[in-house]
Amino acid sequence: MRRLPVVTAAVLFALGALPAFAEAPSSILNASYDVSRELFVAVNKEYAAKYLKDTGKTLEIKQSHAGSSKQARSILEGLDADVVTFNQATDVQVLADKGFVAANWSEKFPHGASPFYSLPVFLVRAGNPKGIKDWNDLVRDDVKLVFPNPKTSGNARYTYLAATAYAKEAFGNDEAKVNEFVKKFLANVAVFDTGGRAATTTFVEREIGDVLITFETETTGIRKEFGTDKFDAVVPSVSLLADFPVAVVDKVAEKRGSTEIATDYLNFLYSPEGQTILAENGNRVRDEAVAKKFAASFQPVRLVTVDEVFGGWPAVNKTYFGSDGLLDQQLAGQ
Amino acid sequence: MSGASNLDRATSRQGWSRFVLIGGVLLVTALVIGAPVVAVFSQALSKGLGYALESLAHPDTRAAIWLSVTVAIVVVPINTVFGIAAAWAIAKFRFPGRKLLLAIVELPFSVSPIVAGISYLFVYGGQGLFGPWLEAHDLKIMFALPGIILATTFVTAPFVARELIPLMQLQGNGDEEVAATLGARGWQTFFRVTLPNIRWGLLYGVVLCNARVLGEFGAVSIVSGNIRGETNTLPLHVELLYHDYNAAGAFAAAAVLTLVALVTLLVKTLMERVIRSA
Amino acid sequence: MSSVGLDGGGVAALSRGRPSQANGRKQSRVVPGFRLSLGITLFYAALIICLPLATLILVGARLGPADYWAVVSSPRALASYRVTLGAAALATVFNTFYGFALAWVLVRYEFPGRRILDAIVDLPFALPTAVAGVALTAIFAKNGWFGEPLGALGITVAYTPIGIALAMAFTSLPFIVRTLQPVMEELDGEIEEAAKTLGANKVTIFFRVVLPILVPALLAGVSLAFARCLGEFGAVIFIAGNQPYNTEITALLAFIRIEEYDYPAAAAIATVMLGTAFVLLITTNALQAYARRHEIAP
Repeated sequence: MRRLPVVTAAVLFALGALPAFAEAPSSILNASYDVSRELFVAVNKEYAAKYLKDTGKTLEIKQSHAGSSKQARSILEGLDADVVTFNQATDVQVLADKGFVAANWSEKFPHGASPFYSLPVFLVRAGNPKGIKDWNDLVRDDVKLVFPNPKTSGNARYTYLAATAYAKEAFGNDEAKVNEFVKKFLANVAVFDTGGRAATTTFVEREIGDVLITFETETTGIRKEFGTDKFDAVVPSVSLLADFPVAVVDKVAEKRGSTEIATDYLNFLYSPEGQTILAENGNRVRDEAVAKKFAASFQPVRLVTVDEVFGGWPAVNKTYFGSDGLLDQQLAGQ
Repeated sequence: MSGASNLDRATSRQGWSRFVLIGGVLLVTALVIGAPVVAVFSQALSKGLGYALESLAHPDTRAAIWLSVTVAIVVVPINTVFGIAAAWAIAKFRFPGRKLLLAIVELPFSVSPIVAGISYLFVYGGQGLFGPWLEAHDLKIMFALPGIILATTFVTAPFVARELIPLMQLQGNGDEEVAATLGARGWQTFFRVTLPNIRWGLLYGVVLCNARVLGEFGAVSIVSGNIRGETNTLPLHVELLYHDYNAAGAFAAAAVLTLVALVTLLVKTLMERVIRSA
Repeated sequence: MSSVGLDGGGVAALSRGRPSQANGRKQSRVVPGFRLSLGITLFYAALIICLPLATLILVGARLGPADYWAVVSSPRALASYRVTLGAAALATVFNTFYGFALAWVLVRYEFPGRRILDAIVDLPFALPTAVAGVALTAIFAKNGWFGEPLGALGITVAYTPIGIALAMAFTSLPFIVRTLQPVMEELDGEIEEAAKTLGANKVTIFFRVVLPILVPALLAGVSLAFARCLGEFGAVIFIAGNQPYNTEITALLAFIRIEEYDYPAAAAIATVMLGTAFVLLITTNALQAYARRHEIAP
């Protein structure tokens, strides 16, 4: 019987190793979408410095990045994130529905709890060899596209809806034609990765496809990282406004006693310093002074919203993204 | 065993077919198995050795290495004990349901790691079987070390057992029976008689189990939660860096894992030599 | 004896001849530790293996027969089975020939580097699948070492079903080699010599004498390798295009269903994979038992 204690000890060790945090938290976890990796490295550095100056204490801000929906699901399953910074209201709403986030979360911070916004734009190879200008160029037979799977990536859902919105305008709501357009659009996709960043890697490192469709902030980041001479950004005639909602995950924050820090952290995103970092990373910001300062880096574009075109997210999810919704049908038709 | 007789036979064969066959096999092996290994190191060093070492020294990467080592430290002993126990029960005794038990023990080998990860999510996840109970007692399993350990344990469960079962069957029960007849107690019999007989097979299973523990990806990717510097094992960290505009860093981490694999093969080869000469 | 294979059981058992029944396990209650070892095994098997899998089946069963069927036979699921089975079959066929030749060369010939080759065969087992995935992708991508020349010939590997098959072939190769190797080693030259004396030519000897002896072991190795291909995830997702209906494997579909919060559907698809794995496992064990019974007399 000498072995059983060993097993028991090992199991107990395994079970008891966590939870590691109980008292006043010296760290918070920010669960975010996939392509915000560099952005929050910059934000966190700045905020940690400010926190140290204000309180004399150090704060570690941990990051977790994946598709926005995946993150929401992980939190439901027990990922102890204090705050979420998502790219889609529905994913915050899922948390609100299950009682992880306050029901009135969108009123807790200014601008519908969305401190910044972006839009899907195109990234093409240097010199735009395929002459891509607008959405209708993306359904040509000679064009291959890269964007992530709309089922798992919020980023791709905006892309899909933006293409649909364009088609709705172009064909005057003729559903058959819109459907045809979107089908072609999907058929041109070379690779469906699960997250926005994987799509970037496929396009940039593996040189697959002619056009990467992703948030403007990501295209800015890619050009910064790999050189403005390698890729050109193309802003289409119309695109979809993508809100980037934030929320404190009350259920976790209350347990950990981090509500105050978490709220302050999110408020920092609205401060001029925070907005400056956001703008520097290619996000369009709310603070007018900051927006003016960075006006030159953002091309003017006509933006439509999910509410205007599709009647809100619940309707969108039901019609397009549910099991056997329009997206499934359009993919199946290939 | 490929001693002199094989050699004679080989040399007496017509030369060309032999060379074509050997050459073909070597070529395909170099292309299919050798090239990926070379690619890992060449990509890792694409920005120079300094950069590779620097990215390995990054706190997040160090945390990933440490996490993987921690998981191995916990999982390998558990699976070793289990492997010995299972092999002992299955190889040395006949009992009803023995074949079924054998199949269950081997199941993690052929089932997809994804299935394992999903299953664990259903048991210990927030909405899973034990989710509410665990939450009420403030115990964290999913997206934390215990979940990673459990999923890895599942995937690597059969390694030691599958190595020992045939070995013990081959050796039969004779030695143990003699020991028991001579009045040896149970543990004495095990440590003095059985263990020396199976030690190489055991070590072998442990080495392989360890390699697989360090490399597990699919199951862990479901239960990990992707917290940088906290719940990212080294293979997951490879993927993360790969998508961080940091291919060289990703391959540097991959190179560490590849080195571990190569050392595993070296140890295995040396052990085989010992077994053969024994 | 270069081959206490990584997949242990079957291989080692095959290599060492039938486990002697003469040991008479009936009387073996003399050997101590039955209760303790069985107790640990059952406890562990129940907790680590059976509990999660039973829960999985339970979650899948919540769907009810009609919905379950609808999920597992949806067009996208069917397409994923087709992709997975097709790529696994391609990989297994490739490995059957390549693995056979590799084992043959290792057993029959002595040449410089034989030992290194023998050691390298196990590399796919020891190398993490994710590392294999990124490495293969880097090589076979359009701008990779092999991808570029192959592209010039009009062949695309990465992000196509061929890429999936390649990743599967890489990770499952050792199963076939390590299952065949010990049986080939026991196959001494005498039978071939006898056949030769009787006037058979080399081709006839191979197909009529050698191959029939190796077939059971080959089949066992093939079914092991095939099972491994069906379950492979880490190596495949990097190199597959992950495009629904074209390059989406079943394991990824289950993964995606999880990400979509569609737990019952994920469970249903996972149970299909579990069932397939179990059937293949039983088949392999039966084949190995058959191979052992029909082994040539030592």
